[in-house]
Amino acid sequence: MEDFKTIEVKRSIFEDNDADAQRLREELKAEKTFLLNLMSSPGAGKTTTLKRTIEALKGEMKIGVMEADIDSDVDARAISGTGVRAIQIHTGGMCHLDADMTRQGIREFGTEDLDFVVLENVGNLVCPAEFDTGSTKNAMILSVPEGDDKPLKYPLMFSICDVVLINKCDTLNVFDDFSKEAVKERILKLNPKAEVIFASAKTGEGFEKWIQWIRKEIREYQVL
Amino acid sequence: MHELGIVFHIVKTVENVAAGNQAEKVGKVVLQIGEVSTIIPSYLEDCWRWKCSKSEMMDGCELVIETIPAITFCEDCEETYSTVEHGKICPYCGSEHTYLIQGNEHQIKEIEVI
Repeated sequence: MEDFKTIEVKRSIFEDNDADAQRLREELKAEKTFLLNLMSSPGAGKTTTLKRTIEALKGEMKIGVMEADIDSDVDARAISGTGVRAIQIHTGGMCHLDADMTRQGIREFGTEDLDFVVLENVGNLVCPAEFDTGSTKNAMILSVPEGDDKPLKYPLMFSICDVVLINKCDTLNVFDDFSKEAVKERILKLNPKAEVIFASAKTGEGFEKWIQWIRKEIREYQVL
Repeated sequence: MHELGIVFHIVKTVENVAAGNQAEKVGKVVLQIGEVSTIIPSYLEDCWRWKCSKSEMMDGCELVIETIPAITFCEDCEETYSTVEHGKICPYCGSEHTYLIQGNEHQIKEIEVI
């Protein structure tokens, strides 16, 4: 019988990642690079939203996009078409990015000269909410066809987001059981500080507000 | 399947703690997982066996999961109740002014090493 010794650990499973994320946030702050962690379910319109966002902002700031996916480079290719720098990160089967993977992507990408980097996280409403990536701000896209009950089903995701973009509002006449009031109320109940913006990446409706939110956040970040 | 990512983080932390204590092998890891922590123990165990088999220090390591029941407190009537059974609404007075007092834990409690 071998002699085992017990060591008391008493540490959260997420503690190492949280500390690593905080270090990455400080590194990015020193470079004045604003990192937006963009999350959603698959098909909510992250890439389309991103393309329109880039078009609106690329004249006034240097933008980079990191696309995290389990496989393929279709999203990075779509973004490359807009003329900004894009990199594809494969998570190798993992359902989310953690701070260490984000840092590896950031260093490979070289973000020192960039003002605004968007991290398009893996399409998933569960794990990305649990692992702090080290981003400056967290954004999530919820599309109308997914339903207004999603804040009830994925409360953690909604509680960690600084901004929630309700996308595909051009389909509200078809998905007429989606209540804008109900979804907003449910989000604010979980997260009173969240900004809720109703928009459509397809038609451009509501985008002014979204772009203004990004502009304001980046300006404040770079000044402070 | 976020349990896979969680297992990666547990193993990394445990390996660091064990190495810091000059241990050669980890025989057992005890976790405290809350009932509403979104971690499913059976999935965690499957990922655990696979991940440990890739680590010399942790190959064959036993995983013990202590479940912490989820309990919610009602601010209005000051009663506590089972979160899993009743959710956000207090079963005693119907109030929504409630908050979780325990059950969201995801902690590495202790490890056994040689």
